Amino acid sequence: MAAFSVNDIAIKGISCCVPKNTERNIDLELITQEEIRKFIEVTGVEERRIATKEISTSDLCCEAAEQLISSLNWHKDEIEILVFVSQTGDYLLPVSASILQNRLGLSTQCMAFDVPLGCSGYVYGISIIAGMMKTAGFKKGLLLAGDTISKIVSKTDKSTLPLFGDAGSATAFEIDEKAGNIFFDLGTDGSGYKTIIVPDGGARNRINEDSLKVNKIEEGISRSSCDLVLDGMDVFSFGISQGPKTVNKLIEKFAIDKEKVDYFIFHQANMMMNKMIAKKLKLPVEKVPYSLKHFGNTSSATIPLTIVSELKDQILNQSSNLLMCGFGVGLSWGTMFVEDAKIECLDLIEL
Amino acid sequence: MEMNTFLQNFADILDETDAILITQETVFRDLDEWNSLTALSLIAMADEEYDVKLTGDDIKSSNSLNDIFEIIKNKG
Repeated sequence: MAAFSVNDIAIKGISCCVPKNTERNIDLELITQEEIRKFIEVTGVEERRIATKEISTSDLCCEAAEQLISSLNWHKDEIEILVFVSQTGDYLLPVSASILQNRLGLSTQCMAFDVPLGCSGYVYGISIIAGMMKTAGFKKGLLLAGDTISKIVSKTDKSTLPLFGDAGSATAFEIDEKAGNIFFDLGTDGSGYKTIIVPDGGARNRINEDSLKVNKIEEGISRSSCDLVLDGMDVFSFGISQGPKTVNKLIEKFAIDKEKVDYFIFHQANMMMNKMIAKKLKLPVEKVPYSLKHFGNTSSATIPLTIVSELKDQILNQSSNLLMCGFGVGLSWGTMFVEDAKIECLDLIEL
Repeated sequence: MEMNTFLQNFADILDETDAILITQETVFRDLDEWNSLTALSLIAMADEEYDVKLTGDDIKSSNSLNDIFEIIKNKG
């Protein structure tokens, strides 16, 4: 059972960078105005930041990282681990983490690799960095998490296009004997691997002459085999059952006092799903922030983006107890709880 | 599990459809108001009221509300 805790690792800072370019769902011509209103009511997504052709996930994360490193007055050569969590890396290979190591001017002694997880990726990424730093005694570590899912959705698919936005994040970690514990519960159910999938382009289905053919699946849904496929019903069913389950498991396993949690920060899937999870867990409304309205679902960046956009003033320079939970593509999920975190939270950056 | 209660629960997730139209023979897919978002409400209702996890396949393979009723009953 992947439930464990790591001590002596402090989350020092978080920054997020989103594209300047904004798309409003109300302006979409793909569906009728009535359908859009209903969509907004259910998902909570009014607008999304969409990267232009020139901007990739690594650019957003790079900018977030540069500003975070300088705000924390870090020496770059002290960073010994860089993990890039994304499903929209620059290339199929090499990993974007190596490109980022070079762009950021980090030491060649720094270990760097990608983790291609999505919605659960931020929590997974923290568990990997915290675990590695603790084991190896690394002084500083950097987690870059984000996605530009807009690049892999079909512009003619109403089941994905209005939901996803782009964002990148950077989170800084330091060895600190005064840091509280970080508790984790992580899990996987690969039987649902087809629920969220890009079918072609990997080694299983190499790009072939049919890959880019656009097929009409139903009214309002046309896409190719290189585009993202999302089975909304199965994702919803999974989210409302697994979300509460993993949170409860963490709370029970480590006897966490729910009252002491200042904020419950969930992956921003869609409003109906998130509200249902919060309701099932009987969480007070004021402790559950949402960033869906302005940013949509930004994959592995939703948790840090919600912290930066909704909680900055509440947690800045204050000791906070934060519970974070991500769930989705894989299917995969992760929940973590951090005690007494004093997190330097930067203003939202636009690129 | 009561059919009438189930039909009432189903009618409650709809905004504009007259509850009179909701019977166990109703082909829910043919309702004007039915779409992928109402499907999510149905999944939510099954979870909240019956503690049952409805999948996309459950809904896709069903025609009438009676079919959904039977699936929930068998899973419950």
